[in-house]
This record gives sequence, C-alpha cells and structure tokens, in this order.
Amino acid sequence: MRSVARTSGRAAAAAALSGVLVLSACSPRGDDDHAGMDVWMYQDDLAVVQEAAIEEFNTGSTVHARMIPVPGDGYQDKLRTAMGSGDVPDVFFNWGGGSIRPYVEADKLLPLDDALAADPELADAFLPSVMEAGQIDGVQYGIPLRGTQPVILFYNKDVFAEAGVEPPQTWQDLLDLVDTFTEEDITPFALAGAEGWPQQMWLQYLVDRLGGPEVFGRIQDGDPEGWRDPVVLEAARTVSDLVDRGAFGDNFASVNYTQGGAPTLLAQGRAAMHLMGSWEYSTQLSQAPEFAEDGLGYLPFPALPDGEGDPANVVGNPTNYFSVGADTDHPDEAVAFLKLTSSPDYVRDMVANGEVPTTANAADLLADSPSPDFAEFQYQLVQDAPAFQLSWDQALESRIANPMKTEIQKLFNGQSTPEQFVDAVAALR
Amino acid sequence: MTTGTRRPRGPATGRPGAVWALPGALFFALFAVVPMVLVAYLSFTDWDGLATPAPTGLDNWTRLVADPVMRQAVVLSLALTAATWAVQTPIALLLGVWAAGPQRNRAVLSAVFFFPLLLSSAAIAVLWKSLLDPNFGPVARISDALGMGSGNILGTSTGAFTAVVFVSAWQFIPLHALLYQGGARQIPAVLYQAAEVDGAGRLLRFRHITLPQLRATITTSSVLMVVGALTYFDTVLILTQGGPGTDTTIVPYLMFWTGFRGYELGYASAIAFTLVVVATTASLLMVRLTGFGAMRSTREGM
Repeated sequence: MRSVARTSGRAAAAAALSGVLVLSACSPRGDDDHAGMDVWMYQDDLAVVQEAAIEEFNTGSTVHARMIPVPGDGYQDKLRTAMGSGDVPDVFFNWGGGSIRPYVEADKLLPLDDALAADPELADAFLPSVMEAGQIDGVQYGIPLRGTQPVILFYNKDVFAEAGVEPPQTWQDLLDLVDTFTEEDITPFALAGAEGWPQQMWLQYLVDRLGGPEVFGRIQDGDPEGWRDPVVLEAARTVSDLVDRGAFGDNFASVNYTQGGAPTLLAQGRAAMHLMGSWEYSTQLSQAPEFAEDGLGYLPFPALPDGEGDPANVVGNPTNYFSVGADTDHPDEAVAFLKLTSSPDYVRDMVANGEVPTTANAADLLADSPSPDFAEFQYQLVQDAPAFQLSWDQALESRIANPMKTEIQKLFNGQSTPEQFVDAVAALR
Repeated sequence: MTTGTRRPRGPATGRPGAVWALPGALFFALFAVVPMVLVAYLSFTDWDGLATPAPTGLDNWTRLVADPVMRQAVVLSLALTAATWAVQTPIALLLGVWAAGPQRNRAVLSAVFFFPLLLSSAAIAVLWKSLLDPNFGPVARISDALGMGSGNILGTSTGAFTAVVFVSAWQFIPLHALLYQGGARQIPAVLYQAAEVDGAGRLLRFRHITLPQLRATITTSSVLMVVGALTYFDTVLILTQGGPGTDTTIVPYLMFWTGFRGYELGYASAIAFTLVVVATTASLLMVRLTGFGAMRSTREGM
C-alpha cells in the first residue's frame, strides 16, 4: 500500500519535472489516501505560527497535514535517526547549510528549484541573502519559515552613560572602550566561553570583516586549505590580542549562556557589551524585562581597518527552513504548504510573535511588532546586507563543526596560538 | 550437568542446571554480546548513520592510534581513574568503618552522608555547575573574597579536572562508604575483644583486624570505582562538556562526541570497542591480582 502510493508520488514528481504540471494537477491521488502529510517542527514558543499555517492548509487541501512537534534538545538526533531508517518526514524544520548537507548527499531531500521556477513569486517573496542560505551547492532545498537571527553587538546603555562613553562605531573605538572598561573593573564584553559557539561569532565576524564571505565560502565548499587563508590567521591574531587586552575578562572560559551566565552579566552592568544572536533581546525580555526595554542598546559589528569585507555584511542564522523529503507521497501538497510561509497571514503572525520575517514585504508590518524599533533595526540590517553568512557550526557538517568549535575555544583560552589554531582547523577532514 | 551427580533422582535439589542460566544468558547475549559484535564490525567501517556502513579496513584503527585527542583522552581517563580511587577509597573506608559503630549519632549522621545517593547524576552535575558558576556561584564568591582569583574553575584545565574528580567523589563516596559499613559490620566482635585483651590500641586494631577483614570489600569497591571511572560520562557532559578545549574529554565522552555529535559512528565504534576491552581487562586483572575470584575466606583458622 505504502510503496504503491510512493511510486505514484514519484511518477507525479517526474511528471512535474518534465513540465507537464496539468497531469499531476488532474491526478486523483489523495482521494483514497489517508496517510496524510507529516510536518516535523522544532518545539518551542514560536511554533504557534506554523500550527496556524497547518490549520489553514488543512481547510483548503484534500491531504491532511499534521504537525509533529519534536523537543528541541533531541531534534537533530531524532531527525538523523528518521533519515537513517528511511522513515523520512514529508516536510521538516532545519537550519539549512551543513544541517541538511548529509541528507542531500544521501538523496533524501527533494530539490525545490523546479517548484521555484514554476512560481517566481515564491522565489521573490524572500530576501535574497536569506534564500541563498537554504541552498546546497546552488540548488534550493529549504524555504524560509521563521524570523531572521543576525548576530548583533548588544550593549548596556547605563554602563556607557556612567562611564561617559559612546557606543563603538569603529574598531579603534572598540579597542579604546576595552581599555576604559577594564580600568573601571567592568568586563568589556560578556562572553559565554564554556559553550564554544559564542566565541565562534567573534571569529566569524572578524574573518568576514577582514576578508569578506569568500574566505569561509571556500571552506564551506569543502576545501579545508581555505583555513590557511592569511585572513583566518589575522583574525585569530586579533582574537588573541583582544583576549590579552582583557576584552572578555579573565573567567570567560567558565561562563555559560543558559544558566544565568553572559546575559545576566550584561543586564547587571558587570559587562558593558555582548556579541550575540538577536535572540538575546527575547532572552533579556524574559529575564530582565526592564533592562530589555530601557537599557539594552544594539549595534552592527564595526568595520576593521584595512578590512576587505563589506561592513554591511552580517553573520548568524539567516532563518530556519522547511525542506521536503524526497520520498514524500505528496510533493505537490508539500510545496503548496511551503508557499504559505510567505502569505500575509503567516508573516503577520510572525511579527505579532516578536519575530522579524525574512519576506520582502515584511517592512510595512514591523510597526505591529511588540518591539518595533528593534524589529526595524534587524530588518534593515539584514535587508541591506550584501551577504548573510550562516553560522559556521551550522554551515559545516557536525563532523567538522564540533572539533572546529573546540579549536576556537582553545584559541580563546590561550591553549593554542593563532598559528596552532590554523594548523588544527586546516587538518580537520 | 542437568542432573545432579549426588542425587540422580532429584535434579531440582542438586546443583542448578544450565537451563537455569538460560534467561540470564539470553539477556546478556541479546543486550551485550550482539551489540558488542556489531560495534566490533562497525569499527571497520565508515558510517554516518544514513547510508549503509562502508567497509574501510583498518582506517579507523590507524586513525585511533594517531589521534592526539584520543591519546589525551586515554591519559585523562587513566588519570581520572587513579584520582578517583585515591580520593574515594580512604574517605569511604574511614567513613564506612566509622558509620558501622552502633552509636545513635553515627546512624543519624550516616543517613545525612548518604543523601547524595538519592540524587541522579544529572541533578548532581547541574547543581554543581551552578555552584561553580564563575560570576554568580557561591564558590566563586568565596574564592573572590579570599583573594584567590576570579573563580575561573571550569575554564582551566586543572580546575575542570579537579571539579570532575570532586563531584564524582561527592556523588559516589556514600555508595562506597555504605559498602564498607556493611563489610565492617560483618567483622566478628570477638576479634576486637581478643585484641583488646592483648592490649592492642585503636590504630593497631584497625590496621590488623579491620583492614585485612575488609579485603574483599576493598576489592569490590575498587572494581566498581575503576570500571565506573573508566566509563564515567554524565558529569563530564553536563559540568564541563569535555572542556576547556578537550582537557576533560575522557574516552567515553569522546566516544559520545564523535558518534552522536559528529555522526562518525564507525570511528566512535572503534573508541567504544577499545573502552570495552580496557575496562574488562582492568576489572579481570584486579579480581585476579587480589585473589578475589578464588573466594578465599577471611576467616580461615577461626
């Protein structure tokens, strides 16, 4: 039964591929098929938007869609197991980049290029830099489903006012501020160094500002020698220099993000600044609401002197994506469902939920956000960015990404020199 | 074997037959032997959990021998095992012998000492992680107040390693003290009475009666400690995540990290197999060397 349905699904996909869309539209599939369509969703407070979309989808479709919420902690493991056992979900949430590359290479995912070619409106509905991060080797596999999460330089306005200084506009400003705050016994930058990924944000911005997105692009495309680009070494030296200046204090290696770590340091004014993903705002909003509303400032990462990268570039998580399993019984319905993510209702739901959508039309809706200024700032930042580079640990396969994060940690801890760092990451295969 | 030799007609009252061991043997085969054979096979393949495992010959094993992280992990695991034993045995032994006394205050205090036994490893690790937080934990505040630095305990190699040893000691000393308490209560009082008549003091009695009488308990406790320390995992996962860098990445954590975070299941299998061999050898050796397996009585000549 199952395999029959699957074969007819394949036939339909083949028909669609050859451009005979009429055929598949007339096919009777779905009438006697109650298997439905499973949508795997990362379970958190934001998933209500997707839940509403599924409800809307079900009112107008013969195929019944069902949301499978998967607890966040085990999401990747569970997805991996499902993929490995052949029980691939029809539609599933992911991070794009390296998080889906192994599945693409194992032919588990449906390329969406044809669907996009057939519906240019969908392709144009999203910001180009965000759409790009849903591609693997130039082929589209993911459609944006969530708000954008760029990495931003947050600061504590009160601490700056007390010290009588202005937020940094240039790299020199930033270095001066490090000295100022160190003298006042305030940690210049909160850094959750116990976890690895916050350090990565620093190195990633430094590499991008110094050499542009091409430097990491080469590494992401599978050339480990890309790490030997002089820009990486220079960025690593800049990191060592910052650490030596005391930019992150002297106990950052023990600081965590989740258990009242780095965000609390910033909120309490024990640290002046914090380089973090845009979710820092909602973290502060739930942990220190007054500070989030009045005391939390935000800035783009400053340019570096003689840096070749465009200072308007951003790094972080462009967004999360929905991808479609290659063996789905309902490829057309899945694509129809994906189209909902650019619908006005969906985008409005996201904004009301505090997210910053990545659709081109979102600008007009941002005024309805619970924090319109911050939403507007983020949206502009992402819209103006020539390149939005996916976090390295999401862009690379975990086999490489995990040891890479460890090496970055060692660099920050002074356990390895910039030269040793370059050798170590270039040796990762 | 199935029919007892002494009573041919009543096999039920003789030595238990092989059939008796069948459920246990089946269980062991299904949940220990079969997985181990699979792991041994996987260690000769390259497998990402998605495609079918591709045989790669000795690749994983040559990589294992040359891998600096694996070497560091082996050294760390051995160091952790030695430290665990050296820290826990004396404390647990003294505590257990002390708690074996009949006094009421000892009973009350031992009940308090054994409290960590009730907590799960994960809860203990989360608890200590909060206590050791460099900015908001009490430990950092105390060390700050004493002028002993910034409380960067989990961020330094020795600090993180010491924390793992300490937390595991805090967690497991009660268990081992309980073993020693039981062991010490088995020692016949008549031995002490005789020694007292001979004029032996407290120390001499401990040295010449308690310690030798506890030999079997010491072996049991040591095997548990050594095998436990070699396969120690949860505290490292929660407390240090193998860090700073890889400085608390012991072998079991490296196995998890490679297999379930990096999805290199072939290589992780090679690590796992090494661990099985080492832990089994270690416990067999200990049982052999201490003569525990021979079950020689501690009461010979009494």
